[in-house]
Amino acid sequence: MAEVLLPLYALMAFMLIAAIIAVETRDLLSSVLCLGAVGFGLALVDLLLKAPDLALTQVVVEIIAVVLLIRAVVAREDTTEESLSDTPHVAFVGMVVGAIVIAAFVCFQQLVPFAKPLMTMGEAYLRSGELTGAKNQVTAVLLDFRAYDTLGEATVIFAAIIGCYALLRTRGRIGNRR
Amino acid sequence: MRGMTLIVKTTASLLIGFVVLFGAYIILTGHLSPGGGFAGGVILAAGLLLIVLAFGADPLRKGLGHNFALVWESLGAVGFLAVALLGFIAGTFFAHFIPHLTGFGLLTGGSIVLSNIAIGIKVGAGLFGAFLMLAAFRASESADKTEKGDGNDT
Amino acid sequence: MGMIHEFFPYVLCVLLFAVGLYAIAVKKNLIKIIIGVMLIHNATSLFLVLVGYRMPETGESAAPIITRALSGEEFFRQSVDPVPQALVLTAIVIGLSVVALMVVMAVRLHEKYGTFDLTRIRKLRG
Repeated sequence: MAEVLLPLYALMAFMLIAAIIAVETRDLLSSVLCLGAVGFGLALVDLLLKAPDLALTQVVVEIIAVVLLIRAVVAREDTTEESLSDTPHVAFVGMVVGAIVIAAFVCFQQLVPFAKPLMTMGEAYLRSGELTGAKNQVTAVLLDFRAYDTLGEATVIFAAIIGCYALLRTRGRIGNRR
Repeated sequence: MRGMTLIVKTTASLLIGFVVLFGAYIILTGHLSPGGGFAGGVILAAGLLLIVLAFGADPLRKGLGHNFALVWESLGAVGFLAVALLGFIAGTFFAHFIPHLTGFGLLTGGSIVLSNIAIGIKVGAGLFGAFLMLAAFRASESADKTEKGDGNDT
Repeated sequence: MGMIHEFFPYVLCVLLFAVGLYAIAVKKNLIKIIIGVMLIHNATSLFLVLVGYRMPETGESAAPIITRALSGEEFFRQSVDPVPQALVLTAIVIGLSVVALMVVMAVRLHEKYGTFDLTRIRKLRG
C-alpha cells in the first residue's frame, strides 16, 4: 500500500503547487507552462493508478492544449492589471480552505474508501471479456457496453469544433468584405 | 504565418511519418493494448499540428486545409454511425455484426476495430481543424499588420 | 496504514478543484479563467480515477487489460475498475475540444477589444 501512497501524495502535492503557481503568477506564458506541469503530473498519477489508456491520452492532450494556449498568448499584449484590492485577504483564503478540507473530510468518510471500490458493474464487465472479443476492458466498456455514451460524446466534440469554425470564420462576416 | 527554419522543417518531415504510424498503431490495436480511437486520434492530430507549426501556411494550399479537416471529421462521424446502424444486421443498434475470434490477434475485436478507426479519424480531423482555424486566423491578422507596416513578428 | 489514507487522496483532489474554482471566481484575465476550467477538469478526472483504483488483499493491482501472463480468476481479482476509466477517457478529449472553443472565444474577444481583461471588456460595449 505504501509503495502506491507515497508517490501518489508526492505527485499530488506537485500538482497542487504547480496549480497555485499557474493561477497566481503574473506572466501568462509561465502560467500556461505551469498548467502543462499539472497535466503531466496527472498523466504520471494515471500511470501509477493502473490506467495506461488515460496516461497515453492525457500526455498528448496536454501537449495540444499547451500549444493552443501558447499560440493564443504569445504576441498578444496583455494589459490586465491585477490590483491588490482585488485579491482576497490571506485570512479569508485560509478560512475557506479550512472549511473545504473539513467538509471534504466529513463527506468522504461516507464514500467508499480509497483502493477498495464497490465494482458492482465493473466486476460484471471484467468477467464478460469473452463476449466482446476485446482484451482491453476499457475499450470494451467504451465501445460495446456503453457505446451510446460514446456516441453522445462524439456529438459533443463535433458541436465544439463546429463552434470554433463559426466563431473564426472570415467569410460572411459584417464589416469584412474581402 | 511563415514556417520555421530549415532545421525544424527537415526534422518535422522526418518525424511526421513515425508520428502518423504510431497513431495508426494505437488506433488499430486499441482492443488489445492501451490506446484506442480517442488516444490514437489525438496523436494523429498532434502529428498534423506538427506539420502546420513547422511549415506554416504552405501545406494549407496543398490540400491540407479546412476542407480536408471538415470532410474527414464528417466522414468519421458518419462512419461511427454506420457501424452502429450495421448492428441491425445482428439485431439491435450497436450489436456486433462481425463474429469475433478468441485469442490475441488483430482481427479478434469484431466491430470494435471499425468503431476505433472511425472515432480516431473523427477526433484527429476535428482537433486538427480547430487548431488550423486558430493558426489561419493568426495568419490573416499578422498579414494585416505587415500591410500597415507596424508589425514584423512571425 | 491508518484510517486517514482511506480518504486523504480525495481531499487533495478537492483542494486542486478549489484552486481552479478560485481562478474562475477571482481572476480578471480570460486566459487565467481558461486555466481554472482546465484545473477543474483535471481534478475531476483525477477523482474518478482515484475512485476506480483497487488494491487487492494479496498481490498487486493490475490494469484492466487481459494479457497472456494475467487472465482468468487472477485477473478478475486484481484488475482495477474499468468503468470510471472509460468515462474519463472520453471526458479528457471533450475537455480538450471545449478548451479549444474557449481559446477561440478569447482570441476573438482580444481581436475586438485588444485586451484579455474582463472588466475592461465589460466597460467597452459595442
